[in-house]
Formats: sequence, C-alpha cells, structure tokens
Amino acid sequence: MAIINPRHAAKQLIYERVFRSATLSAAILVLLILGGVAISLMRGAWPALQTFGFSFVTREIWNPVTDQYGALAPIYGTVVTSAIAMLLAVPAGFGIALFLTELCPPLLKRPIGVAVELLAAVPSIIFGIWGLFVLAPVLQRHVQPWLIAHFGVIPGIGHLFKGPPFGIGILTAGVVLAIMVLPFIAATMRDVFDTVPPMLKESGYGLGATTWEVMWNVVVPHSRVGIVGGVMLGLGRALGETMAVTFVIGNAHRISSSLLAPGTTISSAIANEFTEAVGDLYTSSLIALGLLLFLITFTVIAAAQAMLRRLERRGGATV
Amino acid sequence: MNRWALRKAKNGAFLVLSLIATMTGLACLAAILWTLVSHGIAGLSWHLFTAMTPPPGGQGGLLNALYGSAVMTLLGILIGSPIGVLAGTYLAEYGRNSRLSTAIRFINDVLLSAPSIIIGLFIYEMVVVRMGHFSAFAGALALAVLAIPVTLRTTEDMLNLVPIGMKDSSAALGAYPWRTTISVLYPAARSGIVTGLLLAIARISGETAPLLFTALNNQFWSTNLNAPMANLPVVIFQFALSPYKDWQNLAWAGALIITVSILVLSISARVLLALLQSGRGSGR
Repeated sequence: MAIINPRHAAKQLIYERVFRSATLSAAILVLLILGGVAISLMRGAWPALQTFGFSFVTREIWNPVTDQYGALAPIYGTVVTSAIAMLLAVPAGFGIALFLTELCPPLLKRPIGVAVELLAAVPSIIFGIWGLFVLAPVLQRHVQPWLIAHFGVIPGIGHLFKGPPFGIGILTAGVVLAIMVLPFIAATMRDVFDTVPPMLKESGYGLGATTWEVMWNVVVPHSRVGIVGGVMLGLGRALGETMAVTFVIGNAHRISSSLLAPGTTISSAIANEFTEAVGDLYTSSLIALGLLLFLITFTVIAAAQAMLRRLERRGGATV
Repeated sequence: MNRWALRKAKNGAFLVLSLIATMTGLACLAAILWTLVSHGIAGLSWHLFTAMTPPPGGQGGLLNALYGSAVMTLLGILIGSPIGVLAGTYLAEYGRNSRLSTAIRFINDVLLSAPSIIIGLFIYEMVVVRMGHFSAFAGALALAVLAIPVTLRTTEDMLNLVPIGMKDSSAALGAYPWRTTISVLYPAARSGIVTGLLLAIARISGETAPLLFTALNNQFWSTNLNAPMANLPVVIFQFALSPYKDWQNLAWAGALIITVSILVLSISARVLLALLQSGRGSGR
C-alpha cells in the first residue's frame, strides 16, 4: 500500500491552487474585456460627447471641414439597412428552417444544413466584394428600374423608390445584409424547431392538421421565444456588420427619403473614415459612433441571449 | 370538402415557398463561390506567392499580405486560445453554476456576436493610442480578443461531454482536479477542443474590420511586429475598391484564397466533430 508523502501532497495542493487561479483569471479576463471595451470607447468618445452633447445623436450634419458632427445619418442608415435585411431574411430563414425540419429528405438534411452553415462562414469582405461587383449591377439593371416603375408611383410609399437606380445604396446594403444573416437565423430557428417534442407535432397530425397547420399552430407557438431570440441574434449581426456594407452603401452622410440612394451606416462610417480622420474631434466623433453601435448591439444581443437562455431552461425542465 | 381543398392548397403554397427559400439560400452560396472562382482563377499564378503587393498599375503578388495574415492569425490564436481554453475549463470544472460563471457565460455569448469593428476600436484605444503607432502586434491582439469567445465556448461544451465516470475514477485515485483536468479531461476532449481552435482560426482569418486601424497595412515586406503589417483582408479591401485592373485581379485572387482556406477549415472542423461523435457512439 502506498504511503502518502506529505511533501508530495503539499506540492499537489500548490499546483491545484495555481491551476485554479489561472483558469479563474482567464475567466475574469472575459469580463474585463467587455468592461474595457465600454470604458475605452467612453473615454475615446468623451471629447465629442462633451462638445456636441445630446445633439450628437439628433443632428444630420457631418462636416470634417467645419468640425461639426452628428450621428443621425449613420444611425438612420444602420436602422434602415438592418430593417430591410430582417424583412427579407426572417421569412426566408423561417422557410429554410421549415424545409430542413419538416420537408427535407433525411439524406439531404445534413448536406443542406452544412451548406447553410458554410454561408455563415464566408467572411464579410467576400460578401462586400460580391455585392459590389455582382449583386449591385444586377439590382441596378433589373430590380431597381422595376421597383421605380411599379412602386415609385404609389402615393405614400412612392418616395421610397424614387430617383435614379445607382446600384449601390441603402437597399443594396440591406439585401447583402439579408443574405449574410440568413444562415444565422435559419440555423437558430432549425435548432429551436428541433426542440419541440415530437409528441406535440404527432398530436397535431393525429387531429388531421396539414404540415403547415402543425408548423403554424403547434411548432411556432411552442418555440416563440427561441424564434424571437434567433431573429434578434441576426439583427445584432446586421446592425454591426461592417465590411459588406462598406462596399455597397455608397458612403454619403445624408438621409435620403429614397431607399435607392446612397447612405451610410455607423460601422461603415468608422471603417471608411477612421484612418483618414485628422483632428481629435473627428476621431472622437467616430469613436462616439462606435460607442453608440456598442450600446445598440449590446442591448439587442443581450436580449436575444436572455430569450434563448429562457428557452433552454424551459426545454431542460420539460424534457 | 371545399374547405379541405383550401387547407391543402395553403399547405402546398407554404411548402413550395419554403422550398424556394432554401433554393435561394443555396443559390446565394453557389453564386458567391462561382463569382470567386471565375474571377479569381485568372489571377492565380506563382507570382501571387513570390512577389510583393505592387504599386498602382504595377504587377505583383500577395506574398507580404499572405505572410502578414498568417503571422497575425497565428499570433492571435496563440494569445487568445489559451485564455479561452482556461476560461472554458473554469466554467466547466470549477465555476459550474455559480453566479460568476453564469455572468461570464452570458458576457462570452455577447462577445461572440459583438461587431468586430468595436473590438478594433477597443484595441486602437488600448494599444495603438498608447504606443503611438499602428502595429502588427495590435492587429494580433484584436484577433486574439475575437478568438477567445469561440474557444471558450467549445472548450466548455466539450469538457461537459466527457463522461462523469472518468472524472470520478480519477478523483478516486486521489488526483486533484488540476491533475484530472490535464491528464484525463483534456485528452478525452482533445478533438473537440481542436475543433474549437479550427473554428476560431476560420473566424479570425477573414476578419477585416478589426485590422483596419490596428495593423493597418503595409505595401512592403515587413516582419517587424512593432510596425504596420500587410494582411490579406485589408489588401482585398483596398485593391477591390481601386480603379486599377491589376489591383482588382489581385483582390479577386486573394478573395478566392481566403474563402477556400476558410471553407476548408470549417469543413474539416465539422468532419472532426462528426468523427468524434460517431466514435463516441460506437466505441467505448
């Protein structure tokens, strides 16, 4: 029988303490990173916020020559492009998830699922270069003239589709964003739909419901929280996406009533102007834009995570 | 009867729509890949790997950009992944359901989907402003911050998959948790953790936004970590938007290289994970 060597045991205890504190400090570092992001952005944004105050977020002006900066145009661009992206990607993502969970032959389920996930792995700069050289010309030649001809004349929403078809602009950025967030939304919805107990679905079918009726009346209500969580996760991506948007947005610091006109978003303004910004106030204003983006995306992503977590807990409790 | 027909029609319509949605998604992936191959293949040549990025209008390659990307990605992973793995270990083995771990898990998931340009600004404020100049080191740090959440998440998930019996056996032999973790859990979860590393590499090697104002770019060959360094994504960004045909061709070739390597990485990570799962199902 082995005899415990006290020296050895003491050494083991020291190793244990060292290892434990190493893992703990790494874990705490994650908290510090988020705190560091918040603090450093606030410090960098301070001069701009001090100069312009609250009017920073309400003014449209962006003029490096006179050193006057307002964030309204980038905020508008960010919100509108993301809204277009969600409008297109949510129904499409829902469709893909429906197809993958209910319709797809089992043999194809994995390959199609992987293909959708690969679309998510394509770096955003690739979406940008593709959007600029392939998608924008197609939209300019075929889609935008059609929109102008058919929707431009409708009173009320007509002004959204006025003006020449530039190809690049708010609408194109929204479409590129939609393609980018589509895989995230589709994959989350598929995972959420998979958590619905088969018994519930079978009961629906047993009552004579069609596939769509089971989907809409059983699966969707059961996984509502998860769907909203997935959509908001996609929204968080769309709001913060930089490179893809920078290529196709047109970079114009103004708010146009038309969706076909060039615009700007928070992230693309930073990406475009940061290295060229001369003067402290200019740089600080761009960092203030970053702070705004951080606050917006943090809220959206945190809400999404909270919802998905709630679903996880509920799933754990009932299964 | 009529109502049934209506319901069936509605059902059919929605199912067809879902098929169309799936086709559209797949078509987008196919269109992007096709564009990259058709534009990029013309630019592929030995010069890409032997020559530096050219001045406007000149001939050249991408050697310095490829080197810079490789160095910064590697450095980013070397800095980020140990932190991610250790933090994941803490969550899985020590913290478990404590309030601190729940908070860290939450923050980590937020960081996982935080816009990368914000991380770029953070490193700019923390490193570039203090050092007074752009540097490859700052770029690598930004990439490391992006790699941490990915590795943390997979490490925790993979450690949780290790059968509890193995942990108990090790503890019964008198091993401290650190010993159990290093000698039992890490080997058991090795392929899972490697998958996480591959995914992290795939994630950071295509990142452009955080490098724009940390590593900046460099038209020349540079191995100095304390100076701006060329890198593939930023070169693609600059060259694609330039009016010069030669630059645009290089951008397409670079885009093809970067996408193919990332897709290969993601697919091998998936294959590794699938092998791991099937091995667990049949073996042992």
